Amino acid sequence: MTAYDLGIPTVSGLDGVPTTDQPSTPADFKSDQEVRWCPGCGDYVVLNTMQSFLPTLGLRRENIVFVSGIGCSSRFPYYMDTYGFHSIHGRATAIATGLAVERPDLSVWVITGDGDSLSIGGNHLIHLLRRNVNVKVLLFNNRIYGLTKGQYSPTSEVGKRTKSSPAGSVDHPFNPLALALGADATFVGRALDSDKAGLTEVLSAAARHRGSAFVEIYQNCPIFNDGAFDALKDKHASAGRLLRLGAGQPMTFGADERKYAVVGDGPGGLTIADASNVAPDDVVVHQPDHERAGYSYALARLDETFPEVTPVGIFRDVVRPTYDDEVRAQISGQAMSSERLQDVLLGKDSWLVG
Amino acid sequence: MTTTKPEGHTSRVVIRFAGDSGDGMQLVGDRFSAQSAAFGNDLATLPNFPAEIRAPQGTVPGVSSFQIHFADYDILTPGDRPDVLVAMNPAALMANLGDVEKGSTIVANSDEFTTRNLAKVGYDDNPLTDGSLESYVVHSVAMTTITRAALADTGLSKKDADRCRNLFALGLLSWMYSRPIESTEKFLRSKFASKPDIADANVLALHTGWNYGETTESIAAELAVGPATLPTGQYRQVNGNAALAYGLATAGYLSQRSVVLGAYPITPASDILHNLSLLKDLGVVTLQVEDEIAGVCTALGASYGGALGVTATSGPGMALKAEAIGLGVMTELPLVVVDVQRGGPSTGLPTKTEQADLLMAIHGRNGESPVPVLAPSSPADCFDIAIEAATIALRYRTPVIILSDGAVANGSEPWRVPSVADLPSIEVNLAAAPNALDGSGKHWPYVRDPETLARDWAIPGTAGLEHRIGGLEKSADTGEISYDPTNHDTMVRLRQAKVDGVLVPDLEVDDPSGQAEILILGWGSTFGPIGAGVRRARTQGVQVARAHLRHLNPLPRNLDAIVGAYSHVVVAEMNLGQLAKILRARTLSSIETLSKVTGQPFLAEEIEKYIIEFSASQEQA
Repeated sequence: MTAYDLGIPTVSGLDGVPTTDQPSTPADFKSDQEVRWCPGCGDYVVLNTMQSFLPTLGLRRENIVFVSGIGCSSRFPYYMDTYGFHSIHGRATAIATGLAVERPDLSVWVITGDGDSLSIGGNHLIHLLRRNVNVKVLLFNNRIYGLTKGQYSPTSEVGKRTKSSPAGSVDHPFNPLALALGADATFVGRALDSDKAGLTEVLSAAARHRGSAFVEIYQNCPIFNDGAFDALKDKHASAGRLLRLGAGQPMTFGADERKYAVVGDGPGGLTIADASNVAPDDVVVHQPDHERAGYSYALARLDETFPEVTPVGIFRDVVRPTYDDEVRAQISGQAMSSERLQDVLLGKDSWLVG
Repeated sequence: MTTTKPEGHTSRVVIRFAGDSGDGMQLVGDRFSAQSAAFGNDLATLPNFPAEIRAPQGTVPGVSSFQIHFADYDILTPGDRPDVLVAMNPAALMANLGDVEKGSTIVANSDEFTTRNLAKVGYDDNPLTDGSLESYVVHSVAMTTITRAALADTGLSKKDADRCRNLFALGLLSWMYSRPIESTEKFLRSKFASKPDIADANVLALHTGWNYGETTESIAAELAVGPATLPTGQYRQVNGNAALAYGLATAGYLSQRSVVLGAYPITPASDILHNLSLLKDLGVVTLQVEDEIAGVCTALGASYGGALGVTATSGPGMALKAEAIGLGVMTELPLVVVDVQRGGPSTGLPTKTEQADLLMAIHGRNGESPVPVLAPSSPADCFDIAIEAATIALRYRTPVIILSDGAVANGSEPWRVPSVADLPSIEVNLAAAPNALDGSGKHWPYVRDPETLARDWAIPGTAGLEHRIGGLEKSADTGEISYDPTNHDTMVRLRQAKVDGVLVPDLEVDDPSGQAEILILGWGSTFGPIGAGVRRARTQGVQVARAHLRHLNPLPRNLDAIVGAYSHVVVAEMNLGQLAKILRARTLSSIETLSKVTGQPFLAEEIEKYIIEFSASQEQA
């Protein structure tokens, strides 16, 4: 395996965040607020998974912050008994950037949706990712606008009929992972809302990644886009679609009657072939830390050659200096002294009168 | 170096250096100011430059100028009309001659008055030789030729030698007004430390200019301007953007908060970003982010974490930041927003000054969204206003807007540097223990200090005080989301009452005779021209009162009484009457407007003329 080694000591995304010896439980992370998502909303499952997962990090609860924008998913912080900031549409990533720079002792999470982060907040998202701010971005992708009651979103498929697209949407959708990789994201993953184990695995790696972690969570909206991901959740139907990524594992999927394998396809390309026609050595072994971002990009674009396939897991996990660490490294760690401040105020050309 | 001492003295002089935007006029003006400041003069400056980095060479739109007013007493403005115009080319002469009174001095670089250059700006004949300038004192100096000859042995190319012409001009003017040039030599050696040959050439050009004045009998040394009598203290020259940056950094020290600036470059506010970026050793964090919205949002995010969040911009950026400032109002977090106003609307006049963002600052957000608004009255005042804004932001947990403008931001003056040890600390009083009124042991984020109405501010990392805030309306007690009609009514009124209750000093009126019937009111950078205009009118026996507002929201509590005491109240402002509109609504008085929207500051003579004419009309009536 080729490591993407920049000679930087491996540091965790949680270094600097105070831990506790006191074991905590999911209940400790539940706020006293009544959860008000629609019955059957995928957000419930993600919330429960998060509340079950956080105790495993052993962090002090007061050092965890959830920042959100606007949309159904952005109510998430109210339900977590941590610090939380429900901000304005599209700007959670920018707010989290300021917070992460100011406070290295916090584990900062952004909860956002496909409209919040890919439409109105697209600019801040790509800049957070390119800077590699130590913030974890969870994008709840339901491919629809829920809070405004059912308009098409930047991840809705072409032709989608909604209240604002009665003749079918003509918008080409974003592939969120390809977008994140295009912005040089250092951690990119995908999970299904209903897959507690898979989601936990991705969240756990994301939390420990030092830098920006971008996690797309396929989330069902039972009211305005019900069943968008059913094919991935049904055991039978998903067999020919779901590709579970594991570091160092050959990439194969499918049921007994029909198995598929990921193989190389020209320079830097990947495609899917009938596994029975592929020699075992030709099956591509997954490398989240591949030196080429193009590899991860090809993985995120596998559906170009095989529309049904949906890889889930960790697509990319590489080390690059983080923005907040670098910003802090440029300022001295000392508290400001009155003598140094006075020198600055006087400047180099002062004169005495009287 | 010997100095030819001119005979006698005068009390003040205005010099305007004008040339192509690539001619280095800003640097020359800046150095002349520094030399005058070090000499002990009081001074005020006005840079004026095109928005284009390099507008077409030799054209009127490409002219850049720097005006300096220096005196032996405390002056208030950069001066109305130059006593000396330095014109480095025909375009500079054409663009500035209208401001020069007959009898004043023009120093021109005659080498640049070529047929081609003259034609470029539409001169049929050479004004230096055709007699059209006979009512001025004209010194035609072949600056290019002389500089090239002086630098012939340096091995510099013609092009590089020509770039030293501005130093020749500086040397000559320094000789004319007996300005010591040692500090400029030092400056040049340090600026070009890595290019000693360039440093040598520039210093040589500077000396050549000085020596030209001393050895050429054609130019008389001008009357000396002696040092001003200023209050004792340690002084430096400072422009508004720098003073604002120093004030913000000092506020961080006084409040023991880190200062985090989120900003996107924009004229004329970028120098605040530049100046703060130089203060990393004081712990100041500057984030140059992807857009104006990210600027305010990163600042607000840092404030949420306990910092003093700051964003600095100009009008177009203010328009983009409105929603996030509203979030700051709703979440009641400290935030300092600096708007260095420029000509608008839209892109407008990026490098020119205006005061037309006042109503936007006070009202330009959705919903009832009150914020304190302050305006510095001079470059040095930017330091004090920054500390005051930060104090209000931290004490009351609110965004505060500082309305600077291009004139204050780029203008400079001597500043008596305060002793840091003498400045009062800023108490922040973060919440440390649960405050829930029901004894539940929780943190209720909107429990308020009964005196200031500031909310209890707990920052992340404080154990046991975990809570959620956000842009949705919150219950006045528990701080949970609340759509209750009565609660919203309560919260709207509480937010308003908090800002209305911000303590600001009473307005002081300057009315020496106590007999004036007219009061001239101003705010922001009009302080200088109004003061100078009033001073001049008084020397002519006219009784006039003046007052200057530094606090625009809330307004001083004694304002109504002051306005009521004068039969005529006039607001002089660089917009179409925005403060007048606010004051009329508040006082129900008839308030007049003296407005100017040319992108240039008021001239003292414009204020003076208004007062004199008003006084004459009263006598007739």
